[in-house]
Order: sequence, then structure tokens, then C-alpha cells
Amino acid sequence: MSILSALSYLLIACGLVFFTAGTVGLLRFPDVFSRLHALTKADNLGLGLLVFGAILRQGELTVMLKLVLIWLLVLFASATTCYLVAEAARRHPDVKEGRNDAA
Amino acid sequence: MMGQPYVLLAAYLLLTLMGGVLRAVWGPTRADRMQTAQLFGTGGSGVLILLGLAFEDTALFDIALVLALLSAVVVITFTRNMWSSGSGDEPS
Repeated sequence: MSILSALSYLLIACGLVFFTAGTVGLLRFPDVFSRLHALTKADNLGLGLLVFGAILRQGELTVMLKLVLIWLLVLFASATTCYLVAEAARRHPDVKEGRNDAA
Repeated sequence: MMGQPYVLLAAYLLLTLMGGVLRAVWGPTRADRMQTAQLFGTGGSGVLILLGLAFEDTALFDIALVLALLSAVVVITFTRNMWSSGSGDEPS
């Protein structure tokens, strides 16, 4: 096993640890906003590590750029959707559960 | 098989995504359920990238790109709908 593929597996394993942390946070955190925090931060870092692990195994520059583009798109999209979901949850709390009483 | 470790890693990632389904079941608010869709957008892209490595097929990276794009559109559409239609899963 070359050093590049070992480094690739290491980066991907680190990424999967962050994905696991994101899912655990989504299941364990107490309210909408802290769950959003766990989901949008941890998972994006996990995907970033996974993408850089994948880049190490690619030969072509265009494929590498495409993988980076996937990560940048997910970063941009999740920053936007995190704000939108948090704003929607703040404006329209589902009061019957009494969980998110920010509004 | 050269790509077999990547298939196993993809299977593990898929397993953690399945854990996210519990949040969609538990709720309690619609925003909570929608977060599972966000999780599937990010994690699904990760699964497709790992499968693209396993099968050495760069077309799967294109699918990951499209999935990331569409999951963002889904969540944005959801929040627009939620703003215009009032609160709660059911009126109660």
C-alpha cells in the first residue's frame, strides 16, 4: 500500500468519524437549533475530509476540481439552508411540543 | 478487489445515515424532520463519492454533485412553504 492510499484511507476514516458525530448530535441534542448546529458543521467537515481523501486517489485535474466543487457547493448550500431552517423554526414554533420556544 | 475497503466505508456511512431516519420519525417539529433531508443530502454525496472510488467510475461524482444541488433546493422549497402556510404539523 502506497503512502498516498494510506493517507487517503486515514482522511476518509476521519471524515466518517465526523459524519458519525453529526448523526449522534442530530439524535441526542435537545432542540432544533443545536441539532442544526451539529448537522451543518460536523457533516460538512466530514464531507470535506472525505473529498480530500478521494482527491488523493484521482489522476486527472478535472476530476479533482469536480470533487472540490461538490464540497464547496455543499458548504454554500448548507450555510444557506441552515439559516433558512433556523429562521423558519423561529418564526413558526410548533407550540404543542413546547420544544423551541424562541418566538 | 481493489475497491472493497471503500465499499465497506460507504456501507458504514449509509448505516449512520439510517440513524438519522430516527430523527425524522421522532420529530417533534417539521424543521426537525427536514434536517434528516439535509443529512441525506450531505451524507448521500459522501456515499456516492466513496462508491465512485470503489468502482473507479467518475460518473458517480457527477451524481453526487446533482444530489448536493437538489437537496439544497428541497430544503429551500420547504422553508418557503413553511413560511406561507402557518405553523405545526397539524393544526391543533
